[in-house]
Amino acid sequence: MAGIPHDHYVPKSGGEKWLHKRLPIVGLIYDTLMLPTPKNLNWMWIWGIVLTFCLALQIITGIVLVMHYTPHVDFAFASVEHIMRNVNGGYFIRYLHQNGASLFFFAVYLHIFRSLYYGSYKAPREVTWIIGMLIYLAMMATAFMGYVLPWGQMSFWGATVITGLFGAIPGIGEPIQTWLLGGPAVDNATLNRFFSLHYLLPFVIAALVATHIWAFHTTGNNNPTGVEVRRGSKEEAERDTLPFWPYFVIKDLFALAVILAVFFAIVGFMPNYLGHPDNYIQANPLSTPAHIVPEWYFLPFYAILRAFTADVWVVIAADWLSFGIIDAKFFGVLAMFGAIAVMALAPWLDTSSVRSGRYRPMFKWWFALLCIDFVVLTWVGSQQTVFPYDWISLIASTYWFAYFLVILPLLGVIEKPALQPATIEADFNAHHGPNAQPAE
Amino acid sequence: MFRKIALTAVSVLALGAVSADAAGESAAIPDVDFAHEGPFGKFDQMQLQRGLQVYTEVCSACHGMKFVPIRTLSDAGGPMMPEDQIREYAKQWTITDRDTGEDREGTPADNFPVSGLENAPDLSLMAKARAGFSGPYGSGINQLFRGMGGAEYIHALLVGYEEPPECAADFESDGYYNKYFSVGAIPDTCKNEEGHSTIEGSWIAMAQPLYDDQVTYADGTPATIDQMSMDVSSFLMWAAEPKLMARKEAGFVSVVFLIILSTLLFLTNKRLWAGVKGKKTA
Repeated sequence: MAGIPHDHYVPKSGGEKWLHKRLPIVGLIYDTLMLPTPKNLNWMWIWGIVLTFCLALQIITGIVLVMHYTPHVDFAFASVEHIMRNVNGGYFIRYLHQNGASLFFFAVYLHIFRSLYYGSYKAPREVTWIIGMLIYLAMMATAFMGYVLPWGQMSFWGATVITGLFGAIPGIGEPIQTWLLGGPAVDNATLNRFFSLHYLLPFVIAALVATHIWAFHTTGNNNPTGVEVRRGSKEEAERDTLPFWPYFVIKDLFALAVILAVFFAIVGFMPNYLGHPDNYIQANPLSTPAHIVPEWYFLPFYAILRAFTADVWVVIAADWLSFGIIDAKFFGVLAMFGAIAVMALAPWLDTSSVRSGRYRPMFKWWFALLCIDFVVLTWVGSQQTVFPYDWISLIASTYWFAYFLVILPLLGVIEKPALQPATIEADFNAHHGPNAQPAE
Repeated sequence: MFRKIALTAVSVLALGAVSADAAGESAAIPDVDFAHEGPFGKFDQMQLQRGLQVYTEVCSACHGMKFVPIRTLSDAGGPMMPEDQIREYAKQWTITDRDTGEDREGTPADNFPVSGLENAPDLSLMAKARAGFSGPYGSGINQLFRGMGGAEYIHALLVGYEEPPECAADFESDGYYNKYFSVGAIPDTCKNEEGHSTIEGSWIAMAQPLYDDQVTYADGTPATIDQMSMDVSSFLMWAAEPKLMARKEAGFVSVVFLIILSTLLFLTNKRLWAGVKGKKTA
C-alpha cells in the first residue's frame, strides 16, 4: 500500500543536490516531520511523544549514573549513596531516573489502552502493535533489572522471586534459573549480568521504537474515528490531514510540558512516594522482608501470577490433564505471560469490522470494565493473598482473559455498530464547525 | 552459605506465602510537625545541631552512620557547622584507615564510623528505611505536606518505652517493651488463639536510650526526652536525605519553569490551530 500522498523534499541548492544524491538524509527527516497526520487526533495521541521523551531521559540520566555506580555486591549500595551525597546534582539525576521509570510505565499503559479502545491494533497496523508489545516486554525486563542495581532488600528479594518464576518451568526450569543468575542464588554474578543487560536493553528499545515509528508512518496514524485517510489524490488527503510539523509537534510539546510539571513536582517534593522503604536497607540474603512487593507497574501481572492457586478448578484440571507437569506454580507463570500474549493477539481475536470503539455501543461497556479490571488488578497485586483478595484477584484475572479470548471475538459477531462518519474531514467539521478553513 | 540462601529462596518461592503474621501491631505513630516537611519546608539548623549532639553523646555509643561523610556537617541545608569546628569534632572518632588498615583520629574527609555494637543497625538511612514513605497517616498525597514518616517513626520509638502490659507479667526477656516497635518478640501470653498479638508493640533489644537532661544543650533548650528525640529524628532525616532542601528548591524552580513553558506552548498551540478550526456552531 502506498503511503498517504504528500509533497516530498526537493533539493534546491547545489550543496543540497550533492548530498541528496549520496545520502537522502534531509529527505528522510523532511518526510518524517511533514508526515500527513489525521487532523482529528485527540489528546490520547500525545503519549508517543511522552514515551520518546522518557526513553531519552532514562538513557541520558542512566549514562551519567553509570559513571559513578559500582556493580559489585560489596559496593553497589554504597556507590548509590555516594551518588546521592557526593556527586554534583547526583541526588536529582538519580531521582529523575528512578521516577522516570514510573512515568514511562504510566505513559505506556495509557498508550496501550488508547490503542485498545480506538482499535489501533487492527489491520493494517498489526505489525506496529506487535513491535509495541515487544517494546513493552523489553521495558519490563529493563525496569526489573534496573531495580536490582541499588542492591537494597527489595532489589535482592525481588530478583530472587522473579528469577524463581523461570525455575517453575518443569524439567528445564532449574538450569535456566541457574543460567540467568550465574550461580545457584542471586549474587555478584547476577548483579553484573543485570547491570550489563540493563545498559544494553534501552538501546534495543530505541531500535524497536524506530521500527515502531517506521511501521505506523507506512500505514499512517489511526485516529479517533478509525476511518482511514482518503488516499485518492493529494488534494483529497490534505482535507483529512495536517502535517506533523508544526501542528502536532506543538500540540504534543504542550502536553509534554504539562505532564513534566507534575513529574518534576513528584521528583522535587516526594521522590520516594512510589518506592519502597525496604530498598534503603542494604541487601541481606539471610533476612527476608515481611512483604516482597514489586514496583507498582508490575502489580497487575503480579496479581495474575498469584491468582491461580492450587485450589482453583482450572488449575486442578490442568494439573490432572498434564499428568502433574503443570502444577499451580507453573500455571501461575503461564497465566502471567499468557496475559500479555492474549493482548498481543488482539488484532486476530477482535472480529469486528469497525475499528474505533466510539462506534461500538456494546464494546464500550466491556472496554470500560477492562479499564476498571486493570486498576483492580494493580491494587489487588499489592495486597496479601488472603480472603477476600484471593477471590478478587481470581475474578479480575479471569475477566482479563475473558475480554480477549471470549468477548472480543463474540462482540464482532453479535454487536450492531453505530454509523461511522464518511471521512475524517466530516468528523473534524462536526467538532469544530463547518466553516473550517483549510491549512495554509 | 549458598545452601542457606537457596533454602530461604525456596521458601519465598512458595508464591504468595509472603506474609507478616509473625509481626504484631504498633500503636498509631503520632504526627510531628517537623520544620522540614511540606514543599517549602526547611531543616531547622539549630535543631540539626542539637540532634547531632544527641547522636554524638548517646546514639553513637552503639550505632554508626557509615554512609554520612563528616565534612557534610558544614554543607548548606544541613547543620552548617563552621569548618574549623568540624575539624575538631572529627578528631573524637576512631577511624580504621582504608589504606593502612590501622586505627587513627578522624578527619572531615572520613565518613562516620560503623556501628560499634554488632546488632545495632546503621543509622545513615534509618529515616528513609522505616515507617513507610507515605507517612504514618496512611498512604496518599499526605506525604507532600507532612513528610514521609521516617522521622516520626524514630521519634515515636524513642518515646515509646512503657511498662509492659499485664499479659506479659511473667515474660522473661532480654528486650524492652516498646509500644511503637512492631517486629520484635511477643510473649505467647499476649497472643490470641490464632497466634495474633493482642497488644500494641513488642519487645526491642535496645534499652530506653534517652532520659531527661541526658545532654546539656548549648542554646539552653530544655533537654526533655521529647525534645531530644525530636531533635535527633530531625537530624537523622537530614543524615538520610542531606540534599532535601536543595532538591525541593530544584523541584520548585523546575515546576515554575514548566508552568511558564506550558502556558507559552498553550498559547502557541491555540493560535496555530485557530486557522484550521472553524467557529463551532452546533
